[in-house]
Amino acid sequence: MIAVRSLAKKIGQQEILRGVDLEVATGETLAIIGRSGGGKSVLLKHLVGLMTPDAGEICIDGQNIIGMNERQLGAIRKKVGILFQGGALFDSMTVEENIAFPLREAGERDPKALQAKVEEILEVIEMEGQQDKMPESLSGGMKKRVGLARSIIRRPSCVLYDEPTSGLDPVVADSINRLIRRLQQRLGVTSVVVTHDMKSAFDVANHVAYLHEGRIYFYGTPIELQQTRDPILQDFLLGRSDGRGD
Amino acid sequence: MVRFFNALGAPLLSFFQYLGELVLLAADTFRSIFTHKLRWKLFLNQMVEIGLLSQLVVVITGGFTGAVFAAQTFFQFNKIGMGSATGAVVSVSICRELGPVLTALMVAGRVGAAMSAEIGTMKVTEQIDALRALAVYPTDYLVVPRALAMMISMPLLVAECIAVGIAAGYFVAIFMLDINGTYYMANMVKWTRSRDIIMGLSKAFCFGILIVFISCQKGLSAREGAVGVGRATTEAVVNSSLAVLICNFFLTMLLNIIYPAGYQ
Repeated sequence: MIAVRSLAKKIGQQEILRGVDLEVATGETLAIIGRSGGGKSVLLKHLVGLMTPDAGEICIDGQNIIGMNERQLGAIRKKVGILFQGGALFDSMTVEENIAFPLREAGERDPKALQAKVEEILEVIEMEGQQDKMPESLSGGMKKRVGLARSIIRRPSCVLYDEPTSGLDPVVADSINRLIRRLQQRLGVTSVVVTHDMKSAFDVANHVAYLHEGRIYFYGTPIELQQTRDPILQDFLLGRSDGRGD
Repeated sequence: MVRFFNALGAPLLSFFQYLGELVLLAADTFRSIFTHKLRWKLFLNQMVEIGLLSQLVVVITGGFTGAVFAAQTFFQFNKIGMGSATGAVVSVSICRELGPVLTALMVAGRVGAAMSAEIGTMKVTEQIDALRALAVYPTDYLVVPRALAMMISMPLLVAECIAVGIAAGYFVAIFMLDINGTYYMANMVKWTRSRDIIMGLSKAFCFGILIVFISCQKGLSAREGAVGVGRATTEAVVNSSLAVLICNFFLTMLLNIIYPAGYQ
């Protein structure tokens, strides 16, 4: 489904990505973990063409998206949903308008059909009856869930999650993790989850990739990661800051 | 000398880059207008925002400018016994210069600032990235409705400003300065030609285009959170106002060839 080859990106003087190679198979969930500021979100934005790399290739369903213009990318973006770190809800629209936005843009005009679809997805994200609220009156967790609803309402075959559980209490974080798992199990959605929440990564992922100094340092199953003796990975997993792995 | 050119080079390059970005945005917008479906709801919202909600500002600007201009013209002309020519001077000046320029400056302050602040906030809060991720092209969604609404609203606002300015000048002249109303009107009608009005409305259209693209470009290139949005908004108003004033000179020279001033 997704193949990344030798992806490199420099922002200002800083080399964020230095040749990332990665593959995500159809229907699997990959968690990309790594330290804050390590380029995880930058990598995620490249996957949907929101950023342009300096070098490398990104193939979605066999189509190289590098070099495509914004309008050509539109077709790819209909297949790939993305949940932004802060939800990125349209602040002048209600919850209902936010969620229905992709459908309206796709040409759906029947208010009853739109309402039914919004209510159905609100039930999935456990936010029934909140459709008239404005984003400013929602908590961080609610914003993320509405953002998620908006990104999956058009039933994309792949969803990218940028820190879906950061800043949330453990119960809400768990509900988001359950939602990600449910999407994979019920709809066969391919998922890429960027996180530094290890519980979330172990909960949802089939594979885990550790991004370190702009490259994929580790790729394996959650069990392989838990059993590793690599000092850099151990430092990250155990949250050690004394740098024994350096 | 090398240091001088080095110091001059960077700002010059960034100025040309800025001009390039403006031209590309304008080209992209016009291409989109002719090739993609218009979002009518957004367009009508912008018509209300730009056209309807600017009424008060434009009426006050036109009214008081016409009034004070009539008074000042009379004070000078009356000394040489030409008080009744006040109407002609006020009318032609408001049609050709004051109406379009002052309306454009007011719209740049009111609408241009709002445009760049709104789009800039969307940019720094990832809402524009969200639009793109949902396969919606930001130019189609954000710039096209604003550009079309501005192109239609600006000439109408300027026409309104001209009408109110002339009316205010008339009332001041007749009721406060005791100019003979018949001579005032006769001179005004004699010296004001339809080409003066066409010139004012042509300028309005051009100024509308300048304001909308400068403001949208500033919003779309906003960075660094609230400070960045504030900076983008300020720059949008300043750059729009300067562009209006500078282009006004060149438009005057050009349009005067097509629509020459005076009784001919």
